[in-house]
Amino acid sequence: MLYRESGQFSTSYLAEGRLFKLYQQRWGFYALLAFAFLAVPYLGNDYWFSAILIPFLVLSLAGLGLNLLTGYAGQISLGSAAFMAVGAFAAYNFQLRIDGMPLLLGFFFGGVTAALVGVVFGLPSLRIKGFYLLVSTLAAQFVVTWVLTQFGWFSNYNSSGVISAPPLVILGHDFSSPAGRYLLTLGVAAALFWFAHNIVHSELGRRWMAVRDMDTAAAVIGIPILQTKLLAFAISSFILGIAGALWAFAYLGTVEPHGFDLSRSFQILFIIIIGGMGSILGNFLGAAFIVLLPILLSNLSATFLAGVVDPGQLENLQKIIFGALIIFFLIKEPAGLARLWQAFRERSRIWPLRF
Amino acid sequence: MEFFLEVLIGGLLAGLMYSLVAIGFVLIYKASGVFNFAQGAMVLFAALTFVSLLERGVPFWGAFAVTLLSMLMLAWAIERMVLRPLVNRPPITLFMATLGLSYIIEGLAQTLWGAQVHGLDLGISDEPFEVAGLLLSQFDLFAAGTAGLLVLALSLLFNKTRVGISLRAVADDQLAALSIGIKLQKVWMIVWAVAGFVGLVAGLLWGARLGVQFSLSLIVLKALPVLIIGGFTSIGGAIVGGLIIGASEKLAEVYLGPVIGGGIENWFPYVLALLFLLVRPAGIFGERAIERV
Repeated sequence: MLYRESGQFSTSYLAEGRLFKLYQQRWGFYALLAFAFLAVPYLGNDYWFSAILIPFLVLSLAGLGLNLLTGYAGQISLGSAAFMAVGAFAAYNFQLRIDGMPLLLGFFFGGVTAALVGVVFGLPSLRIKGFYLLVSTLAAQFVVTWVLTQFGWFSNYNSSGVISAPPLVILGHDFSSPAGRYLLTLGVAAALFWFAHNIVHSELGRRWMAVRDMDTAAAVIGIPILQTKLLAFAISSFILGIAGALWAFAYLGTVEPHGFDLSRSFQILFIIIIGGMGSILGNFLGAAFIVLLPILLSNLSATFLAGVVDPGQLENLQKIIFGALIIFFLIKEPAGLARLWQAFRERSRIWPLRF
Repeated sequence: MEFFLEVLIGGLLAGLMYSLVAIGFVLIYKASGVFNFAQGAMVLFAALTFVSLLERGVPFWGAFAVTLLSMLMLAWAIERMVLRPLVNRPPITLFMATLGLSYIIEGLAQTLWGAQVHGLDLGISDEPFEVAGLLLSQFDLFAAGTAGLLVLALSLLFNKTRVGISLRAVADDQLAALSIGIKLQKVWMIVWAVAGFVGLVAGLLWGARLGVQFSLSLIVLKALPVLIIGGFTSIGGAIVGGLIIGASEKLAEVYLGPVIGGGIENWFPYVLALLFLLVRPAGIFGERAIERV
């Protein structure tokens, strides 16, 4: 980097606990936030908002949810999409059935419902571990999709089980334009990332990491395992639920239960593998990767292989590339893109010297 | 009563089809501790290769041999490019690598052979016939017989041959096996190849039943609860688990389905497996892990 930490000392415990200890980083971060909130809504066009920025933000939020559970608390889950579905359908029903329910409060209750469901499916985690736990999360995946399709009440008796977004109005302001939906997503995502960051750096976060590294040892030193694991499931599902509500309302507009199937869960798992497990920044990097790679591939093939490769083959090719990248990352950089960024920062700190 | 027995036996036989997929899992898990999510993709790859060769006019056994050879090559490639670089990593990493692997194999199979549905006729009619007043499917009986033969062959391989004994040694203790000169890489390759062969058999039977298509790779999701109930490390467990899942799934579909609504076969095995786990956290035949700090 172009700056050094020399001369900047923490003089209070509050300062020591800061997210960015250097004022250059702090101001850089503020500038980035200001850019995202103030400048991007004017600079971007509808395609960028609807096809890239909104899915990117929602997926990074979903990645964050799973990362808290898998990356920090070490409980592997293949049911992320189920908790997203619970959040989306619960938020929809709260909006629908309670008059005058504010949009954000509806999102919040959607998240809380998802958290409760998450706790139910997290309960077996005390007794069963590792791969056996996959069954619990897969059960969540299949049961939730089935319940949402089977019982019409959840989708207000829509014949195909589809829910549509309520009017996106907060305090009288309409957020239904692409730029508005972007701002809504960005605001919610920023708040939740701030929340998650604080949790991870709190005592609870350290308990999660202790459980992840070895839960028997964690139990021996007196960490309440059940409470810690269930909190991980609850908070992770809360964030996933809100991500699901945003996915349904801010990104797609209408969604059916099968929009949250197992392949969505895999997608979210890939985000955290590629981005970096146990990293907050990694969620953004992984989500950007997952959103941009298909666009990049289709653009590349449109330019270079126009007419040679048909779309079906392109999809297969995309699958192969994704799979190969997963394995590549697991072999070469198990800590993901976030680790690459960290390594770059460490190198650039002493640049142009090498050591 | 007769109807109940028919449903039960139909379920038991269908369960053996799940066991066929689960056995592939168990083999790999036993020998290398890898939870191989790509088993379903291997089933798809094998079935798709076989049926595409058949459609191009290759005779049955020729196609079988070529497919087997391609499964061998696949096993070799997996050992070289995935398992060897990831040796000594935590099991969860290896599991995620097999997730990636399943994407690659599925993509590869469909790039090579296309995504359309192929019919596969093994020359066994699926007509029901009557035994003691019960209607049974001939095809199911054939599949059950194949599963039995496969288990017999595998147990002979494991117990009577030199290769099998080294496989068991590796499954028991990798470090000790290494120290007495067993080549770990070779054993892994053999195990993945055998799992590929099991995948081919499962792929043929499932392909004849459902048609060879992409959804074949999803039977891995059917095999998972079977594994959970039987335990990851026991071939016999895979059979017993398959029987339990198959029977209870069919019975639930018939008797519970009308009460709470249809389509429960997707999640019922999972809930059942979960209940089993709460009683026995390592399955019926699984080895209970002893934890030390």
